[in-house]
Amino acid sequence: MKSFTTGALVALLLFAGAAGAEVPADYLRSLDAAARAGTPGFGGFSAARGAQWFASRHGSDWSCATCHTDRPLASGRHATTGRAIAPLAPAASPERLTDAAKIEKWFRRNCNDVLGRACTPAEKGDVIAWLTSLKQ
Amino acid sequence: MFDDRRRRWFDGIAWTAAAVALALLVDAAEAGEHRYPVDNAVYKAECGSCHVAYPPALLGAGTWREIMRGLDKHFGTDAGLGESAHAQVSAYLEAGAGGPRREVRTLRISNASWFRKEHDEVSAAAWKSAAVKSPANCGACHRQAERGDFGERSLRVPGGVVR
Repeated sequence: MKSFTTGALVALLLFAGAAGAEVPADYLRSLDAAARAGTPGFGGFSAARGAQWFASRHGSDWSCATCHTDRPLASGRHATTGRAIAPLAPAASPERLTDAAKIEKWFRRNCNDVLGRACTPAEKGDVIAWLTSLKQ
Repeated sequence: MFDDRRRRWFDGIAWTAAAVALALLVDAAEAGEHRYPVDNAVYKAECGSCHVAYPPALLGAGTWREIMRGLDKHFGTDAGLGESAHAQVSAYLEAGAGGPRREVRTLRISNASWFRKEHDEVSAAAWKSAAVKSPANCGACHRQAERGDFGERSLRVPGGVVR
């Protein structure tokens, strides 16, 4: 049942990617392949895991939610500069998560700030699954 | 024949002088209004997503170079850029940089003496207010900061200023 749900989720994400202004399908496929290669028994991305991860401080001062709010359908604020940040969830900001290079750039910067390391493909896929599941 | 050529030559000089004078006048007017153009799309996209895209003229070329050298540890965050964006942003900042008096050893615009002088009317309470939080948050008071307009007409300080 669980593997069916995660399989359906991946399929849904892939389908959404193919539909146009959504997460690029080939980017999700490459994340999924990398996660499978890196984690034996990986059962697909999980929005629930992504939600928890987004709110966690990972042992540092910041979580993703520090700047993006704990429900990123709302606008956030940069923790140090105070600058407004447009909502991260595509349901609120349609241009979000539509450009693989941009997604990777922000993971590179922000994972370093929040986790002090690069995010794993599984972490990226989980949080994308959660962000794209949010509805207004 | 000779006179004609000489007149044209003088005309040329006069027009050039007029153009230079006009340019200087516009420059002076813009400085008086605290307008500093910020007109590079890559710079705005890459740097302006975390903070106001600070006008290049507010720091000297040496300070910008130093900032661009340390982007992976940029005031406590990773602001690293790809090679192409890094080159484009560096070139833009250095081309529009202010003179030697705009160099700041600490790399913070808010530490420059002109910055402190310009902001000496801002109360401690205003600086600490939730709407401002950080001197990097230009847009909290300078409502047109995103356009490089730091003039008084678009200035609203939360709780007012102390005089």
